[in-house]
Amino acid sequence: MELAMASAIGLLTAAGVYLLLRARSFDLILGLTLLSYATNLLIFSSGRLVAGKPPVLRDGVATDLAHYTDPLPQALVLTAIVISFAMTAVSIVIAIRSRADNHSDHVDGSSAERDFQLAEQRRHEEARLATLAADTARARSAGEASPARDKGAGG
Amino acid sequence: MNHLPLLPILVPLVAAALALFFEHRRFGMAPQRVVAWTSMAVMLVVSILLAERAAGGEIGVYLVGDWPARLGIALMVDRLSALMLVAAQLLGVACLLHACAGWDRRAPHFHAFFQFQMMGLNGAFLTGDVFNLFVFFEVLLIASYGLMLSGGRGERLRAGLHYVAFNIAASTLFLVALGLIYGLLGTLNMAELAARVAELPVEDVALVQAAAGLLVVVFCAKAALFPMYFWLPQTYTHAPAAVAGLFAIMTKVGLYAVLRVCTLSFGTGTVAGFAWPALLALGGTTLVLSSLGVLASRKLRAMTAYLVLGSAATLFLAFALASAGTISAGLYYLVHSTFAGAALFLLADLIRRRRGNAGDRKDVLSALPDRTLPGVLYLVAAVSLAGLPPLSGFIGKLLLLEAVPAPRTGWVWALVLGSSFMMLVGLARAGTRLFWRVEPWPDASPEKLAAYTPVEQMKVVPSRPLEAAATMLLLAYGVAMVLAAAPLLEYTRATAAQLQSPGDYVEQVRAALPVRGD
Repeated sequence: MELAMASAIGLLTAAGVYLLLRARSFDLILGLTLLSYATNLLIFSSGRLVAGKPPVLRDGVATDLAHYTDPLPQALVLTAIVISFAMTAVSIVIAIRSRADNHSDHVDGSSAERDFQLAEQRRHEEARLATLAADTARARSAGEASPARDKGAGG
Repeated sequence: MNHLPLLPILVPLVAAALALFFEHRRFGMAPQRVVAWTSMAVMLVVSILLAERAAGGEIGVYLVGDWPARLGIALMVDRLSALMLVAAQLLGVACLLHACAGWDRRAPHFHAFFQFQMMGLNGAFLTGDVFNLFVFFEVLLIASYGLMLSGGRGERLRAGLHYVAFNIAASTLFLVALGLIYGLLGTLNMAELAARVAELPVEDVALVQAAAGLLVVVFCAKAALFPMYFWLPQTYTHAPAAVAGLFAIMTKVGLYAVLRVCTLSFGTGTVAGFAWPALLALGGTTLVLSSLGVLASRKLRAMTAYLVLGSAATLFLAFALASAGTISAGLYYLVHSTFAGAALFLLADLIRRRRGNAGDRKDVLSALPDRTLPGVLYLVAAVSLAGLPPLSGFIGKLLLLEAVPAPRTGWVWALVLGSSFMMLVGLARAGTRLFWRVEPWPDASPEKLAAYTPVEQMKVVPSRPLEAAATMLLLAYGVAMVLAAAPLLEYTRATAAQLQSPGDYVEQVRAALPVRGD
C-alpha cells in the first residue's frame, strides 16, 4: 500500500510540476490542481496508512492508536481540499478574464504569444531548411558514389 | 477566560459579511464605510489593549473552543504578535482613509475584501499553530487577489495571474511541509513542536531539518527572498494605490513567520539556527539586486516596489544574524519600513494622477501642477526610506549596524551602507526628474519634447484631500516613531529577549488549561 501511495504522490507531483511550467493558463491551472491532489494524499498519509480502523472513538474499544487511525490528518485534508477548491475557482476566473482582456491565454499575454509563435515559425523554417540541405547533400554524395543507383532512388 | 485575542479575527469577519449585505449600488457608500470604520476602530483599540498586556511579558494563550492547546486551535499573544498587530492596524487605518477618497466606489466589494485581508493579517499574527498559519495565509491571499484585481483589467490581470499562480504553488509547498512535519513530530502547535524537537532522536534530525527547511522556503517566497522575488515588482507596480500600500505589510508577514518558526518551533536542540546561514547569504544577494532595481526602474511605483524588497532583504540580514541586538533593531526597522514604503506607494499615485499621460514614468518629461505638497511629502518619504537622519530609517539602520556581531561587521556594513547609497541615488534621481524637470529640457531628445504636455493643456484632476491626508498620516507615524524611539526600542529589546527563550512559550502554552477541566 505504501508503494502504491508513494508512487501515486510522485506521479501526480511530476505531472503537476510539468504542467505548471507550461506557458498556457489552462495547463497552469491543471498543474496546480494535480499538485494539490498530490499534497492531499501526502497529508493523508502523514497519519500513517492503516486499513479498517475508525478515526472516531467507539464504546468498548481501548482508546489507543492500535485500535484507531489518527483523525487529525483527515481534518487537515478536509481543510486543504476546501481551500484548494476555492483557489482553483479563483484562478479559473482570473485566467478567463485575463484571456478576454489580453486576447491570449499565454501567461505573459499576447505579445509573448506572438514572440513565441514567431520563434516557433523560425525554428520550423530552420529545421525544414536544414533537412532540405541534408537531403541534397546526401543525394549528391550518393550520386557521386554510385551514379547508376541515383536514377532508382531519385524519387 | 478573556476573549480579547479572538476579537481581531472575529470583528473583521463579521464586518466583511455586513459590508457584503450593504451593497453600494443599492445603499450608497455610507453604510459600507460606517461598517468598515467601526470595525477598524474596534480592531485598533483591541490591538492596543493586547499590546499593553503583552508589554508586561505575559504570553497570552487563548484556547479556541476550550480544547487543550495540543489538540485544538490556540491563539498566542506575545510581544512580537502584539507589535505586528498594532502596526497592521495603523497601516490599515491609513489605507482605508486613502481608499475612501474614491477607489472604494470603483472597485466592487472593496470593503469586504479589505476586512477579510485584515482578518487574515491579524489571524496570521495571532495564531499559535502552524496549520492555522496556513489557513490565515490563504485568507489574506484570497482577499489580496480580490483587492488587487477588482476594478482592474488588461495588464493588471496578467500581473495578477502570475501572482495568483505563484502563491498557489507556494501554498502547495506549505502543505507538503506541514504534512512532513506532522508525520515526523506528531503535532503542529508551534510551542509543542519546540518541545518535541528538543527530544528528537539523532536519526530524525536531517528529516526534520528538511521539512522545516521547506517551511522556511515557503515563508521566504512570501517575503520575496532572492530566487523567489520576481513576482513582487510586477504585482506591486500594478496594484491600485491603497492596496499596494496595504501590501507593504504582506512581505513582513512572511518575515514574521520566518522569525516565529525559526526562533520558537525550530529554535532549540539539534536543529537550532539551521536556516540562518542560508538566509544571511540570500538576504545579502536580494539586497544588492533590489538596490540595482531601484536604480534601473523607470516608474516611481516600480522603484517603490524595489525599495520594499530592499527593506525585506535588510530584515532578513537582521534576523539571520540572530543576536538580540540585531533582532530588536530589525523589529524597529520592520515597522518603519512598512509605513514608509506604504507612504511612497500612496504618494506615487498622487503624483501619477497629476502628471496626465506621463503617469509616474521618470523618463517622460511632463509638467507637474501644484507640486509643493507632493514635493515636500516625497522629500520626507525619501529621507526616511534612504535612512538619512533625522527620520526613523536612520535610527533603524544605525542600530542594526551597531549590533552586527564582530566577525561579520565588514561585509554586512559594506552591504547595508552600499545598498543604502544606491537607493539614495535612485530616490534623488527620481525626485529631480519628477519635480525639477517640469519644463522642457534644452538638451532633451525630439521625441521626448514631442511627448511633452505643457501645464495649460493638462487635464485638471480633482484634488482629493483624503488621499493626501492618508499619505501624511503614514509619514506622521514615522515621525512619531522617532519621537517615541526610546520606549519603542525598549519594547523591541524586550521582544527580542522573549523570542530568544523559547522555553517560556512551551511552559505557558502547556499551562493554559481548558476552563471546563474535567
